[in-house]
Amino acid sequence: MSVPGAWYLSLAAVLFTIGALGLLVRRNVLVMFMCIELMLNAANLTLVTYSRMLNDIGGQALVFFVLVVAAAEVVVGLGLVVAIFRRRRNATADDLHILKG
Amino acid sequence: MDHALSVLSVPATATAVDTLVFISGAIIILGGGFGVVLSRNPVHAALALVTTLFGIAVLFIEEGANFLAAVQVIVYAGAIVVLFLFVIMFLGVDRLEDLADEPLPAQRPLAVALAVIGLGGLVALGVEGHWAVGAHSVAGAVRGAKGGDVAALGRSVFTTYLFPFEATAALLVIAVVGAVVLARRPSSPPAPPADEDDVDEDVAWPGAPAGEVPDDAGVRDRAVEEVPQ
Repeated sequence: MSVPGAWYLSLAAVLFTIGALGLLVRRNVLVMFMCIELMLNAANLTLVTYSRMLNDIGGQALVFFVLVVAAAEVVVGLGLVVAIFRRRRNATADDLHILKG
Repeated sequence: MDHALSVLSVPATATAVDTLVFISGAIIILGGGFGVVLSRNPVHAALALVTTLFGIAVLFIEEGANFLAAVQVIVYAGAIVVLFLFVIMFLGVDRLEDLADEPLPAQRPLAVALAVIGLGGLVALGVEGHWAVGAHSVAGAVRGAKGGDVAALGRSVFTTYLFPFEATAALLVIAVVGAVVLARRPSSPPAPPADEDDVDEDVAWPGAPAGEVPDDAGVRDRAVEEVPQ
């Protein structure tokens, strides 16, 4: 088998923190989306690790659903970015402070 | 951390190869993660994201989740990141970003402090928590399952989790329709003006309150016409 699960959980915690930090400090909406993907992947790694620790397929099934939801989220989010870019000509979060068209 | 989590761990039979694979995967993942956060160019950030996703797939294989590793590469690295790159190129935002420009001076220290607190909280949960010790193989066993992890996952998704699985189908359809609606170019104004000049003066957009013309109406109309490089 593989290395102890605690190693994976620690790695996932660090990756989640990197993603959260990037989401907080970056201003480009696309890069912020990528940081959300980092956080989702950290959660996926945690789920697969618990799936291995508990010998339970439920964790892997949940990762499967997370993948689907992430795909849907990215599609809608990038559609929003494109729609916003048409109006505002940039994709910076600071320029979206006025919630009107 | 070993104190609490060793209860959960599988018997420690990690070979040198396992350790090497984990360390390599961790380096790939963390390098890609920092690349996403620190890249000035969004295209470089997307490529760093591919690196991270690939490292995650390697660790999935190391943990015995072969099907999820394949799906990770195909869906995430193959489809989602390509979608990111497509939007970056389509919008023409692939220019360098000045990371030193920070309009909120207190944001970065606060963000770093929050990240440290969050990481500390996660580690503290790992050290102190005993709550994750639970029943094994509730939704089905992985190891020793007939047909391996692929068959076990298939059985689980099509029996125990059938309703969520069907719900995700509906979710994907909704997402596709939503994306089409959002990304569709606005159709031409329903009341077609005689010539282009009337647009800016009379009607800002269909259904606009009479007498109220936003100051950027002309800009918006021209912006719709242009194709971003």
